[in-house]
Amino acid sequence: MVARLKQIACGLIGWIDARFPMTKWWNEHLAQYYAPKNFNFWYFFGSLALLVLVNQILTGIFLTMNYKPSEADAFASVEYIMRDVSWGWLVRYMHSVGASLFFVVIYLHMFRGLIYGSYKNPRELLWLFGMVIYLLLMAEAFMGYLLPWGQMSFWGAQVIINLFGAIPFGIGDALTVWIRGDFAVGDPTLNRFFALHVAAIPLLLVALVFFHIIALHEVGSNNPDGIEIKKNKGPDGIPLDGIPFHPYYTVKDIFGTGMFLILFALIVFFAPEMTGKFLEPDNFVAADAMVTPEHIAPLWYFAPFYAILRAVPDKLMGVMAMGGAIGVMFLLPWLDRSKVRSIRYRGPLTKIAVTLFVISFLVLGALGTMPAGDVETWIARICSVIYFGFFLLMPIYTSIENTLPEPDRVTMK
Amino acid sequence: MSKAIRKFLLSMIAPALLLVSGGVSASGASVDVHVDIDLGNQAALQRGARTFVNYCVSCHSAKYMRYSRMAEDIGLNEELVEANMLFTGRKVTDHMLVAFDPEDAKRWLGQAPPDLTLVARSRGPDWIYAYLTSFHRDADRPWGVNNPILPGTTMPAVLSGLQGEQEMDADGHLHSVTEGELSEAEFNDLVKDLVSFLVYIGEPAKLVRGSLGVKVILFLMVFTFLAYLLKREYWKDVH
Amino acid sequence: MSGDEVDLGRRRMITGATAVTGGVGAACVAVPFVSYWEPSVAAQAAGAPVEVDISELRPGEKITVEWQRKPVWVIRRTEEELATLQGHEDSLRDPQSEESDQPDYVANANRSLKPEYLVMIGICTHLGCSPTFDPGRELESGWSGGFFCPCHGGKYDLAGRVLNGVPPPKNMAVPPHRYLSDTVILVGEDEGVA
Repeated sequence: MVARLKQIACGLIGWIDARFPMTKWWNEHLAQYYAPKNFNFWYFFGSLALLVLVNQILTGIFLTMNYKPSEADAFASVEYIMRDVSWGWLVRYMHSVGASLFFVVIYLHMFRGLIYGSYKNPRELLWLFGMVIYLLLMAEAFMGYLLPWGQMSFWGAQVIINLFGAIPFGIGDALTVWIRGDFAVGDPTLNRFFALHVAAIPLLLVALVFFHIIALHEVGSNNPDGIEIKKNKGPDGIPLDGIPFHPYYTVKDIFGTGMFLILFALIVFFAPEMTGKFLEPDNFVAADAMVTPEHIAPLWYFAPFYAILRAVPDKLMGVMAMGGAIGVMFLLPWLDRSKVRSIRYRGPLTKIAVTLFVISFLVLGALGTMPAGDVETWIARICSVIYFGFFLLMPIYTSIENTLPEPDRVTMK
Repeated sequence: MSKAIRKFLLSMIAPALLLVSGGVSASGASVDVHVDIDLGNQAALQRGARTFVNYCVSCHSAKYMRYSRMAEDIGLNEELVEANMLFTGRKVTDHMLVAFDPEDAKRWLGQAPPDLTLVARSRGPDWIYAYLTSFHRDADRPWGVNNPILPGTTMPAVLSGLQGEQEMDADGHLHSVTEGELSEAEFNDLVKDLVSFLVYIGEPAKLVRGSLGVKVILFLMVFTFLAYLLKREYWKDVH
Repeated sequence: MSGDEVDLGRRRMITGATAVTGGVGAACVAVPFVSYWEPSVAAQAAGAPVEVDISELRPGEKITVEWQRKPVWVIRRTEEELATLQGHEDSLRDPQSEESDQPDYVANANRSLKPEYLVMIGICTHLGCSPTFDPGRELESGWSGGFFCPCHGGKYDLAGRVLNGVPPPKNMAVPPHRYLSDTVILVGEDEGVA
């Protein structure tokens, strides 16, 4: 009986394989994709990002079934989901908490790339795809945050769209009106943001995630030692330090998924507002174009860039600094002149620079959510200088420092 | 491996802690009172519902909240709710709307009384408690009262019959000047119950969220433990 | 990778346990998403029982009310019309309404609590069109008129019972209902539900 079933299954797989590269793809990307065996915990976040993306798409599709993208109904329809739709509250919290955790995971994923030099030759394009994903994610989050049509939705959109107004020669003002489709954020803005949030950007995101993975599998994964495992191949042509992604990293990532889901459930069920960081108190007041809340701050994942914006006293320069803070990350593969990839084998200058960069990024993030006083503004300025210094001085400090010798084979730390 | 778990947890929790410590809620004036809300106390929610219907709904709506949902959630009989809490002609499945036209209210009070469904989520329970207990005499105001929590409030002191009237001295302290129907402790309890009710209507799902969460997390722990065993089993191959 | 000390049985057992637990988890996650499509509280509130005032309804007339977004007819039948409901059982598909949807308390030839008042969901049991009320129509022997569905030619007598030889499989449904008074019917709720 079992033998017969196996026979049927093999027959079916053969039938499909003759018409579609199912087994071929399975082998290329999972069963015979050889990943370095020394991945540490930083390597959980790639698969977790994919998990959160699936969560956002699934819960997002369900929210769309009851959400109404109109000025008159949007706020009420969110409360309708929270109250009248069975399990609507859970689906909504999974989406709103998922959005914030998406950025937690992505920032940690980017940090991994940063410390292990995963953007260096030949992985520059992989990094660029990732950066475009990050940009799209920010656009996706920003537009999604308008949809509940609360006070923070409305005024957040108002402020961010008006950043484009800083563009000189009369272009800026015309551009802001064009983006909004009205003279202030209104029904047309809500409708187009909805269309972009639920259809256009998710499509692009999925496409880019696909490219990101294809690019990764073309060049192979980097690892905490930053050395190429393809240089040491066995007689069978398989890297000596490589292990098949499936089953070894699939089982490891399932474990990582379990750990992540525990954290996710803790927030969804016990602190979905995250003390006002994931869902802001003022966003429980319906949008009112006549009254601005006392304190407008972006959600935490935009906060570092918002702090940079506020640190610059000139509007146009501030907007440029903010854009530059994101744009400079695209240049990372060409700013880094080090002979080695991983921070493990770099000199003290890089280690100090990365430490300062992380501190400045976190401090900017904290400042960006607070009202700005004189002291805060000065701290933000110092941190902004460190932030840009980290990138712009990188060609110097990475080329002058002495690096440690890299090992021939990966190390299991 | 346990080191990796610890690092993993730390890396996930650290940003969360940073967020929590990043500052207090941005909304409303900061208040120095704190009320402990226990949504498991159904009797308190029922008392709060009664106060809400008797003193608030004549001016404030809770337009996203249905009477029937309230009855079911806090253990009130639907027929009794229909008989005692509803305006005539309303159905128990209706939302908690005000009896009069908001435009009229705007004329009488200068601004329409805000909807209260989500006030506990936007202002927080502490703020509401402080606000409702801090009305004091102020001859300059249209209703003869003011409130340090929301200076210039256009709301009359609806609960002053229960609380008695207060005056504010030069230091900003409030003193009782007339006796109300309730003692101070009784009145504070009444307000606390009302605030509990407002917290409940702000998010009815809160009643079930926690208990479901415990089950989900216990399940996930079992799953993650099995996944850990699985990972360890397979990684015996890797040297 | 040396597989010499690997206990394949243990490995298979842990894999199975994780897969089963994961499957149970996935099934549990599916519950809220499936349930999400159930009628919401708003839809249920809109589909609540409705009161019908029949004091103005004259013999031979029909009024239509909406209940759960379906047309519910209240028809006051004349003595002559009631007489037509007897003696043609042979031409009916389900004369005793045994296969059809109706509360127990209308299990009679009139399919009603009070003989003259018929309360019925005006939806053809074939594919959901709403039939026309055609009391006087004589199309064939054995049918002295009743309801005719324009979509696919379904024919029913004046108790909503389907004739043989037409597509509808069942008699038209009678909703739960009760008399609040002599002139008011509550549609959507049975007797005995307080």
